[in-house]
Amino acid sequence: MAIESLFKDEATEEKGERARMASFIGAMAIADLVKTTLGPKGMDKILQSTGRGRSVTVTNDGATILKSLHIDNPAAKVLVDISKVQDDEVGDGTTSVVVLAGELLREAEKLVATKIHPMTIIAGYRIAAECARDALLQRVRDNKEDAEKFKADLMKIAMTTLSSKILSQDKEHFAKLAVDAVMRLKGSTNLESIQIIKKPGGSLKDSFLDEGFILDKKIGIGQPKRIENAKILVANTAMDTDKVKIYGARVRADSMSRVAEIETAEKEKMREKVQKIIAHGINCFVNRQLIYNFPEELFADAGILAIEHADFDGIERLALVTGGEIASTFDNPESVKLGHCKLIEEIMIGEDKLIHFSGVEMGQACTIVLRGASNHVLDEAERSLHDALCVLSQTVNDSRVLLGGGWPEMVMAKAVDELARKTPGKKSLAIEAFSRALIAIPTIIADNAGLDSADLVAQLRAEHHKETSNAGIDVISGSVGDMAELGISEAFKVKQAVLLSATEAAEMILRVDEIITCAPRRREGM
Amino acid sequence: MALAFDEFGRPFIIIKEQEQKTRLRGLDAQKANISAGKAVARILRTSLGPKGMDKMLQSPDGDVTITNDGATILEQMDVDNQIAKLMVELSRSQDYEIGDGTTGVVVMAGALLEHAERLLERGIHPIRVAEGYEMASRIAVEHLERIAHKFEFSLTNVESLVQTCMTTLSSKIVNRCKRSLAEIAVNAVMAVADLERKDVNLDLIKVEGKVGGKLEDTELIYGILVDKEMSHPQMPKQIEDAKIAILTCPFEPPKPKTKHKVDIDTVEKFQNLRQQEQKYFDDMVQQCKDVGATLVICQWGFDDEANHLLLHRNLPAVRWVGGVELELIAIATGGMIVPRFQELTPEKLGKAGLVREKSFGTTKDRMIYIEHCANSRAVTIFIRGGNKMMIEETKRSIHDALCVARNLIRNNSIVYGGGAAEISFSLAVEAGADRYPGVEQYAIRAFADALDAIPMALAENSGLQPIETLFAVKSQQTKEDNPCCGIDCNDVGTNDMHEQNVFETLIGKQQQILLATQVVKMILKIDDVISPSDY
Repeated sequence: MAIESLFKDEATEEKGERARMASFIGAMAIADLVKTTLGPKGMDKILQSTGRGRSVTVTNDGATILKSLHIDNPAAKVLVDISKVQDDEVGDGTTSVVVLAGELLREAEKLVATKIHPMTIIAGYRIAAECARDALLQRVRDNKEDAEKFKADLMKIAMTTLSSKILSQDKEHFAKLAVDAVMRLKGSTNLESIQIIKKPGGSLKDSFLDEGFILDKKIGIGQPKRIENAKILVANTAMDTDKVKIYGARVRADSMSRVAEIETAEKEKMREKVQKIIAHGINCFVNRQLIYNFPEELFADAGILAIEHADFDGIERLALVTGGEIASTFDNPESVKLGHCKLIEEIMIGEDKLIHFSGVEMGQACTIVLRGASNHVLDEAERSLHDALCVLSQTVNDSRVLLGGGWPEMVMAKAVDELARKTPGKKSLAIEAFSRALIAIPTIIADNAGLDSADLVAQLRAEHHKETSNAGIDVISGSVGDMAELGISEAFKVKQAVLLSATEAAEMILRVDEIITCAPRRREGM
Repeated sequence: MALAFDEFGRPFIIIKEQEQKTRLRGLDAQKANISAGKAVARILRTSLGPKGMDKMLQSPDGDVTITNDGATILEQMDVDNQIAKLMVELSRSQDYEIGDGTTGVVVMAGALLEHAERLLERGIHPIRVAEGYEMASRIAVEHLERIAHKFEFSLTNVESLVQTCMTTLSSKIVNRCKRSLAEIAVNAVMAVADLERKDVNLDLIKVEGKVGGKLEDTELIYGILVDKEMSHPQMPKQIEDAKIAILTCPFEPPKPKTKHKVDIDTVEKFQNLRQQEQKYFDDMVQQCKDVGATLVICQWGFDDEANHLLLHRNLPAVRWVGGVELELIAIATGGMIVPRFQELTPEKLGKAGLVREKSFGTTKDRMIYIEHCANSRAVTIFIRGGNKMMIEETKRSIHDALCVARNLIRNNSIVYGGGAAEISFSLAVEAGADRYPGVEQYAIRAFADALDAIPMALAENSGLQPIETLFAVKSQQTKEDNPCCGIDCNDVGTNDMHEQNVFETLIGKQQQILLATQVVKMILKIDDVISPSDY
């Protein structure tokens, strides 16, 4: 009867088992999709955009892959979302979080099939996640006190993060770059002050960290190419024509001579402005907006290096590096803080000319110049480096460190498994399932590396049965090894975020017993 | 059907283009309406109670919402049926009025409709059914007042409030940390409550969410949180003992409403105008500085020049702050919103002990905290969580908890949850039925039966035997004459809701009964549905 028309046309409703099935399948499909990128021997994906140009991205980064997918399944969207949040929050572990959530749901599906209520599974998962986190907390190490050791820790973390990326060949080189860059930040998590410039050509090994600042701009013609002891004024002001900002103003002239007069007045105004700027006693002027030919000529006459159209980030960074302030008015030259640097010169990287500021006052910012064979390589290298930088900057604040290579998962799995044996009731099944889902991660890492995962994981379990074992999977030699000796470390914060968000997402999807999809909005012209 | 005959016996049509309209009349119409209402209730039924499940809703634009909140589910469902729309309205009005119990009210209405259908099949006139329901609801509401408990709370003793909020939160996904969230909600309400007038203005509580972190990091800030950053990257990130100028005028030259033109025809005028302009900017900043402001919060943007002047004069500023936030800041800091620079006076400045900018995560996300305000009557609840949907759901849950706390401050009577109240007044209605002669008695009985639907759904969702459990509790209530017995959803081992600390507000429950009865009455009275056909 009337029930059929309860919803609008095309709106669909799925209930109970069917709804649960739909979300399980969607979530697991997403997890399986990114599964093969996990671990040091994980493979990359090619993404082709549907936009114009069909641009191609080659990547190993879970968040990047998932971001570019067009997904219709609502449960899958939840997973994409957690991966995005992981990226924003800690920067790394974007693949792990999706895979873990997928594994948790896979285990949950089995339990649901044996007629265990989703609420019971959720209750079990919650206890298990708490227990896993405690287990990790007991085994973390914190080397904050010892600067040397801490730096070594950072180095290890960077290498571990990079080892699964395209940069793994030169991971030592890049780990050093990343650690140096992050150490300069002195605890701030503002990665904006680390600039990454990509220039195709050369090899990845030629990438370098520059202590100064590099601006991807050319120096104006007829202006000095090299300035020592530069005084820099960083500005954000219109250097084309200064518009009259009073509303409704317009020029009305009744004769040609008037027009000419006003034009001269305008020119005069610009000249005055330039004079004022010069009066600051500077020899370098960097503006965010365009500088027209006329003022540029004036600057050249005064022997001042004028750089136009630096993007906003560049300006902010430059201000940060040189210690100047971003100025927009120039009436009180005595109180404007100018930036300083020892040397400004034009340098060549590959074929491009760049402006290099060296010997800057404030050491916070720095520039990493990436070199590589193609744009794709460079893009991926940038993403990898970004991951490493994120993890490192988070670790600087939360210096707790864990071992890597599947070690944390095994530690958690062991603790959770023991808990399952102590817990009465149906919940223990769910807790046990949680432990199985955790073990799936080292299994996938081993599988991706083409190793005998069943054998390795069994060995690992046996190894972990002893107290305080450091065993993990050594993918390079294909055996179980001591992670502490191999120097494979991970940040506690990343692991904790992976664990908690994955459990949260799995819980959310499990709680759903009905999916109502509204009719897709009709777009014009479709 | 819709044909009438004029005095000459010629047929004429009353409703135009009849064949294009679908039309249902009489019992058919009522049955169709009832089944639509029931269908809506059936969707929500599984969301009831602490073990209730969530619904996943995909909007026309593909956004996903996962929720347990009845009002949200119904609002986002693409409902086309008129009666279903009535049910949506019903849960919305419960949401506006009380804020909680939006699922319960729909389930109750559904059950009432279901029982009404049986009576209609027996040939009882719908109006008689409606009247019977009305009487029954009156009995139920009176009975509720009798069994309600008043409890005492004060600014220092809020335990009972927290318990009630926990009952509300326990059915949501956030029940993992319901204790801390309930405390946050109660503290927030207590901070803004006007205990003398027994009123709470929930507008003073701002709920902000940011993805990342975990649910446990959710905190209550005695102050305001603004999702903005300082207008100039080099302004100080932390200001102590800030004096805040709250402006609604832009740092830009004035734009008079009347149309005007300034003609420039001579060089002198051009130069004049320019000086005017510069002076204007200078004056604006100077005026702020003169009254002693150390922070400017502005609803509009700044010109680059003004921005630099502010930095230069060491006057930090925040721009593009929304109107609502601006009001909250004004309330919290005790300042006045100033629409014109000329009207700035030192008395109009707001005061805050600490203003700081905090950054989050790896992206350039910053927020401004305004804390230790002169008047701590405005607070912010800052929610963190693993993903966007979680945050949204937490926001909704917190909103429910806030409403519950507010209702308790308005009226500190509570009834027991877990279906205890429903069972108790179902018994009372049943007993009261005998006193009414006539056909209405049937309807009152049906009402009593329908009320069983809620505890039954609770038991079912908790995986208990619904009928068995319900009648065990029912007999316990009659035997012990104890209206605190309810369904033991959490497997605690006792049926006594007093011991389990499961409370609900009296007004919430009363409102549920009244609203549900009203809507059901309305639906029953419809005997003709005319809908235009699709074109």
